[in-house]
Amino acid sequence: MTNILPRKDVVIVGLGWTGSILAHELAQEGLDVVAIERGPWRDTATSFNIGVMPDELRFAVRRDLFLQPRTEAITMRNNVDQVALPMRDYGSFLPGNGVGGAGVHWNGQTWRFWDSDFRTRSHLVERYGAQAIEGLTVQDWGVTGAELEEYYDRFEYLCGISGKAGNINGTIQPGGNPFEDPRSRDYPLPPMQMTYGPSLFAEITSGMGLHPFPCPSANLSQNYVNPLGVAMSQCSYCGFCERFGCANYAKASPQTTVLPALMRFSNFEARTLCEVLEVNLAPGGETARGVTYVDSSNEEYFQPADLVLLCAYGLFNVRLMMLSGIGEIYDPQTQTGTVGRNYCYQTNASAKLFFDDKTFNPFIAAGALGQTCDDYNGDAFDHSGLGFVGGSGINCLPTNGRPIETRYLPHHTPRWGSEWKKATAKYYSNTLHFTSQGSSYAARGNYLDLDPTYKDRHGRPLLRMTFDFTDNDVRMSDWVSDRMEDIAKASGAPKYSISRVAKGWNSAVYQSTHNVGGAIMGADPATSAVNPWLQSWDVPNVFVIGASAFPQNTGKNPTGTVGALAFRTARAIREQYLRNPGAALVPR
Amino acid sequence: MLGSASFAALSLKPQAHGATVSGALPWKAFSADPPEPVPEGQRLFFTEAEAELLSAIADRIVPADELSVSASEAGCVTFIDAQLMGSYGSASRLYMNGPFEKGLATQGYQGSQTPAERYRAGLAAIAAHVEAQTPGKAFAAWSADEQDALLKELEADKVTLPDGVDGQAFFELMLKNVMEGFFADPVYGGNRDMAGWKMVGFPGARYDYRPFVGQHNQPYPFDPMSIMGNADWVRKGG
Repeated sequence: MTNILPRKDVVIVGLGWTGSILAHELAQEGLDVVAIERGPWRDTATSFNIGVMPDELRFAVRRDLFLQPRTEAITMRNNVDQVALPMRDYGSFLPGNGVGGAGVHWNGQTWRFWDSDFRTRSHLVERYGAQAIEGLTVQDWGVTGAELEEYYDRFEYLCGISGKAGNINGTIQPGGNPFEDPRSRDYPLPPMQMTYGPSLFAEITSGMGLHPFPCPSANLSQNYVNPLGVAMSQCSYCGFCERFGCANYAKASPQTTVLPALMRFSNFEARTLCEVLEVNLAPGGETARGVTYVDSSNEEYFQPADLVLLCAYGLFNVRLMMLSGIGEIYDPQTQTGTVGRNYCYQTNASAKLFFDDKTFNPFIAAGALGQTCDDYNGDAFDHSGLGFVGGSGINCLPTNGRPIETRYLPHHTPRWGSEWKKATAKYYSNTLHFTSQGSSYAARGNYLDLDPTYKDRHGRPLLRMTFDFTDNDVRMSDWVSDRMEDIAKASGAPKYSISRVAKGWNSAVYQSTHNVGGAIMGADPATSAVNPWLQSWDVPNVFVIGASAFPQNTGKNPTGTVGALAFRTARAIREQYLRNPGAALVPR
Repeated sequence: MLGSASFAALSLKPQAHGATVSGALPWKAFSADPPEPVPEGQRLFFTEAEAELLSAIADRIVPADELSVSASEAGCVTFIDAQLMGSYGSASRLYMNGPFEKGLATQGYQGSQTPAERYRAGLAAIAAHVEAQTPGKAFAAWSADEQDALLKELEADKVTLPDGVDGQAFFELMLKNVMEGFFADPVYGGNRDMAGWKMVGFPGARYDYRPFVGQHNQPYPFDPMSIMGNADWVRKGG
């Protein structure tokens, strides 16, 4: 039986980056806000304590801070002709869990997408003609780069991003990214101090005529107090970023930027260890009444609310919409329905240079410390005659030297025994690693729906992911891998290896926790689940905030854009929605 | 009855499970959750014969030489034993609902056995295979070359083990767990005296490298540190 709770103005599902930003904005507005979070409360001093945090086995390998598949798994297959099976352990991507969400364990690479990314379809058709995107279902976002600029700025100043502007109001800045869109001012902090690897990478690539610049980093180059009055620390380059919480208050996360300010509001409340099962709709299905959730003893509650914000990890936003009947589930045969449409990922490859006489000290590192070349990213280069659209950033970001998982060896080296030991001892500190992080462009057959067989612990169907790299994206990544090979040759390294992307996405090998799409934004309700303000087309008192809104993915990390979209939605709710609650901000 | 129970809930009974946080950041002193150190030589899961066989295998994966002690000398078998007794061994984190199907290579491990069950079955199958090859002579008594030859066959999926055990998959599991033991923090029973970290030059839980960021192409000068500290911190003889 369900316990019925007193109503709230706003219920937020998930207290990660988007949930805490929206909660803070709406608590400031004076609304009564409750956030319901499936995982535990987490704070720096306790959960990321310096006495326990630098522990690779516990946090990186056994993944203590992550969502456990036992709590919620996802089934996968590469195409509709296969039978999806559950990822019994998460491998290719690792969703977060608990307060802070993926904002706890991210690396901190904080990008802005470009206007040409937000206008993917119209930009590519204008420049290359409609045949260039044949077979792809790429779409425009319904927002421009110029419209998002001020919200990117807010997120960067919230976080204390350390970087170098490449383009301030149209003036190219030496040392920054010459390919970026104009920004109104520089980053709040200067770039991090470079270690040896990225410095050498910058030397090699600039010698080839490429344009390396410091990756914009949420690992702070200096102490910082953000606009909410929250103080953060300079990064200590400890090499325990991705998969870890920061013990030093030096990586931007909800804990280090928003929560200390948010928790002062008596009109905000967080309920942890509580899992939302469903958004309850009023008869007719056009208005949400609130959410039903269970606590950790399986006691069930109904939380009535006027406004429901889905702020879970993008994939789980999509699943919750499907389980609640918000919008129609996408069908790849008929290409009707919008929820689950345009699931996209990231198309990555890597290069390793094996030297004989270098000491890179890979353990002196941070998650977003390094150099990037955007010369082959997005549409920064002319694709005429190349046979693909999209691109990749080439990133030299040696994030760690944690030895259980980070030991690079030349091809054909034995994997055990004395020869393995000799090679490992030699190359641990002698290897320069860099990667290409590529776009993932939507296609009809890549989508999300509900699994017909496998259920979660509450008996609800798991999300089913049908995905493979598209031919376009494989051609794109392969071409960028050739460019990485050019860099490898120019480096003079005696040995190198290039790991290229291949068809047959493998769910068991870690690649990227950049799952996007499934509840995409757009100007047309026939092809998008939410409008450009991230408001559900079907149930206007539900907003769905996260990378679930991306119609396709770029060759950049998503969090900067997720943060910008969260601030933009918060403003739309405060300045538009609350004047006429329950009404659609964009007419259907 | 149902009606009255849900009506009672309207009085907003405090939640016994799950936690409500409002008005301030919660804070409780000494609430960090450190791991329990695994004592040297502890053996809770493996039988003596299993431990002997796994030690012999692990010592070919990481043999003793001028670069380090062997895997078992570094505590890797103690490490695996402790892991199998814990949540890793029982797969408590994993999605273990059926139906269990064979699956494709892109779908990851789809077996119904936990890691603890896989070790019990896998070591028994290797022991039976060895007994069939050399009756009365255990794997540990084979020469290093003979041992390597069998491990390479397992790695290349060229051995059919009894009782349906997938020899290649079990070899991969052992390889992965031995490496974990050799390179994990010593608090978990392996990497004794930080032998794995010293072999590659990983300083462990040092946590602040600011003075060294700009010292390009220079070796880092200090010994490694465990989350339990290092030898300099520990008084000899208790």
